[in-house]
Amino acid sequence: MKPVDGEAKIANSKKGSYKVSHKPIIWSLFAAGGTLTALLMPVLVVLVALAVPVGYLPAELFSYARIHELLASPIVKLIVFAVVFLSLWHSAHRMRITVHDFGLRADSFAVFVFYGIAAVASIFLVLAII
Amino acid sequence: MKLDNGHYIRPLARYTWWTQQSSYIRYILREVSSLFIGFFSIVLVCGLYRLSQGEAEFNSWREALWSNGFALSIIVLFFAGYHSVSWFSVTPKAMPLTFSGKRVAPEIIIGAHWLLWLLSSAFVWLLFIYGGDL
Repeated sequence: MKPVDGEAKIANSKKGSYKVSHKPIIWSLFAAGGTLTALLMPVLVVLVALAVPVGYLPAELFSYARIHELLASPIVKLIVFAVVFLSLWHSAHRMRITVHDFGLRADSFAVFVFYGIAAVASIFLVLAII
Repeated sequence: MKLDNGHYIRPLARYTWWTQQSSYIRYILREVSSLFIGFFSIVLVCGLYRLSQGEAEFNSWREALWSNGFALSIIVLFFAGYHSVSWFSVTPKAMPLTFSGKRVAPEIIIGAHWLLWLLSSAFVWLLFIYGGDL
């Protein structure tokens, strides 16, 4: 069988000179974040931020005792953690690209700022949820 | 504009290129949606953190979100919806599926995502409202 391009490249490359890319992992997290955000963010915004002020839901549904009890459930915890964590990193990565699109040519600064914000927020998320 | 290697490119304004075409504006709106989604994720982290601190702290976060944050939340909702619709629309290109050797029509992949969007939203809504009784 004739090797395809990629295989030929690997065969020809010197032993040990072939680096494994981290891109698939970063990309799958980015895609998971984008999909989860797309599926759940609109309903979360309506539920958490808008339903009570427009008078559609009673404020008692959002009482401290009730939310505390809901988040005591490990499944709810896991869902909330996954959605918020992936959304944070998805947005941070996208903002890095966006400032480049707006003409800011300072990628390492953008990495520092946006991934830094996502990292700090992730720490607070873990502290809050455990 | 002619490059050193003999190729021609159309020069674009570094800061204002995205105002030149409606497809560029749609692209940049899609990218900017991440600012509002990221912002709201941080708002949620704040809420969870305030919840872990105690009742008074949680209630002050809640009041701030519902009164001062109302207008901003409407904008966040617009961009969150914009992200959903545009994300589902590019899914067939990012993740082309084949079924018994044939390419699945993009409309089917997009439609499946819209259905999943509806179901997952309804699930979250009902889980929240009837959560105590489920």
